[in-house]
Amino acid sequence: MASPSVRKRLPATTFNLTRRMDVKGRVFEVALLMAVAVTLGAVAALISQVFFDAWPVLSGRFGQFLTSGLGSRPEISGIAQGLRGTLYLCFIVAVVAFPLGIGSAIYLEQYAKPGRLTRFVDLNIRNLAGVPSVVYGILGLTVFVKGPFVGAITGGRTPLAAGLTLSALVLPLVIIASVEAIRSVPQELIEAGYGVGATQSEVIRHHVLPYAIPGILTGTLLSMARAAGEAAPLILVGTTTGFLTNIPAWWDVGQVRERFTAMPIIITSWVRQPETGFKVEGAAAAIIVLMLVVVMLNSVAIVLRSRFEKRRQG
Amino acid sequence: MTQKLMRPPAQTTNEVDRTSSTAEADVGLGAQVENVLEARHLSVSYGDYTAIADLNLPIKGKEITAMIGPSGCGKSTVLRSFNRMNDLVDSARVKGEVLFHGIDIYHPKVDPVEVRRHISMVFQKPNPFPKSIYDNIIYGPKIAGTPKAEYDEIVESSLTKAALWDEVKDRLRSSALSLSGGQQQRLCIARAIATNPDVLLMDEPCSALDPIATAHIEDLMHEIKTEYTIVIVTHNMQQAARVSDRTAFFTAENDPASERRTGQLVEFDFTERIFGNPADKRTEDYVTGRFG
Repeated sequence: MASPSVRKRLPATTFNLTRRMDVKGRVFEVALLMAVAVTLGAVAALISQVFFDAWPVLSGRFGQFLTSGLGSRPEISGIAQGLRGTLYLCFIVAVVAFPLGIGSAIYLEQYAKPGRLTRFVDLNIRNLAGVPSVVYGILGLTVFVKGPFVGAITGGRTPLAAGLTLSALVLPLVIIASVEAIRSVPQELIEAGYGVGATQSEVIRHHVLPYAIPGILTGTLLSMARAAGEAAPLILVGTTTGFLTNIPAWWDVGQVRERFTAMPIIITSWVRQPETGFKVEGAAAAIIVLMLVVVMLNSVAIVLRSRFEKRRQG
Repeated sequence: MTQKLMRPPAQTTNEVDRTSSTAEADVGLGAQVENVLEARHLSVSYGDYTAIADLNLPIKGKEITAMIGPSGCGKSTVLRSFNRMNDLVDSARVKGEVLFHGIDIYHPKVDPVEVRRHISMVFQKPNPFPKSIYDNIIYGPKIAGTPKAEYDEIVESSLTKAALWDEVKDRLRSSALSLSGGQQQRLCIARAIATNPDVLLMDEPCSALDPIATAHIEDLMHEIKTEYTIVIVTHNMQQAARVSDRTAFFTAENDPASERRTGQLVEFDFTERIFGNPADKRTEDYVTGRFG
């Protein structure tokens, strides 16, 4: 790039065009680079440590680890029930939180008249997104597990009660992500719709939602990944930390009203065991499985996003 | 003429027929030309800011009326109040009347969606839907319930009127976003006339286009004014002089009561007179380039 003439001194004229040493600029750039390096380094160290710990399980008996149930002997114990529990929780969150959250976002953005009440609701949703998950656990315990009527429907300490709790936890996140996606729809597109005589609901269904869908999907699936990794609310809701005797079939929907466990719970209970088979190898392998679940959810989000974005190009 | 402005529409159809029967009588520039649109004591405010105050402006049928004036004079606000586009702005308040063939479009029984089907709008920035060219055109007729059998014909006639048919007839199914800016704007005009409106409102339709594309659009406006009443807001005075039959000059004046600038109509006349021999000093200063 640099031509040889750059190396020579510039001829001295009234205009000084010589490149100066931008010390502050360099320091700033290096500081930002350090921030990236520290972040990536920490993540890499964590993941490699987990892989290292989990290696005996991953290399020796990973298939058996996925399909066997919990047990007292670490070398043959697996996470089958936890995997079912986590996937059913995700399913319940998808069915409950997504329609409620996306629907609320559309109403708040498109129908609600801006005013004190709307601002109040908006502010509170943003605050709820920052409430610690334990608080949602207490809500789940009092309402979904022990609440009158509701408790009877959920059957107590079941995936249904826990799924509803996690839905409440991610609802503010889903609403915020959807609201932001809806706000990013260009005003010109909305006006184009009204300009040719579309009603409000037609504008929303034909123009606003198709445009906002990639953003909504990304936000909602990321919040589902968050739900999949939560342990604290599940502990309060009363997820089983000990053994479960049977492994229900994947398609057995009845298990949403049975006692259950989930991946984060298995991990937290195994690290408290004395045997290294549980404490180190098992827990690390379970972490890898949970990470795979989350990565899969995120990949689905990315694939869907790019597909819908392509459609947005017309 | 079938008008379906109000729900229920029954009691208003007579009124429409009575006023529109004179439409064909005089196509010249005489005072007898029918007022397709008429603003009466129209004021539009956003919150406590008044964008336009006490406007009286008749828009004659099958003519091109240009609205010119410096930024902030309320001309775009007036245009948007002509098909209730201002309804989309929550803080907007409209006082007075806008008569469309004698019906006040701000009457509580009037459905703004129906108003916009008869009074269509073309915007400053070309804003095609992210759909195919074909789907862009038929969207308006489709939601209005036009039978599918008529789609092909509507697409061809709208694109022909918008002088775009020859350029796109072989790729009607490709994305509207693949067109150039000028083509997109003509597509937006085609989309606006596909619903068979009476009035076409154009909000600085050429401001994002190069001179050649602008010339295309101006030619097209001349072509279609035999069928539509056109109101155009423009910053380009040459454009107003070239295309319009009548011109309304707006300016922003300091309101002594509120110390805020408020848009108002200064002069409305035949375009030749506005540009050749204006009655008001402010108009003369503006069109000769002394301010604004």
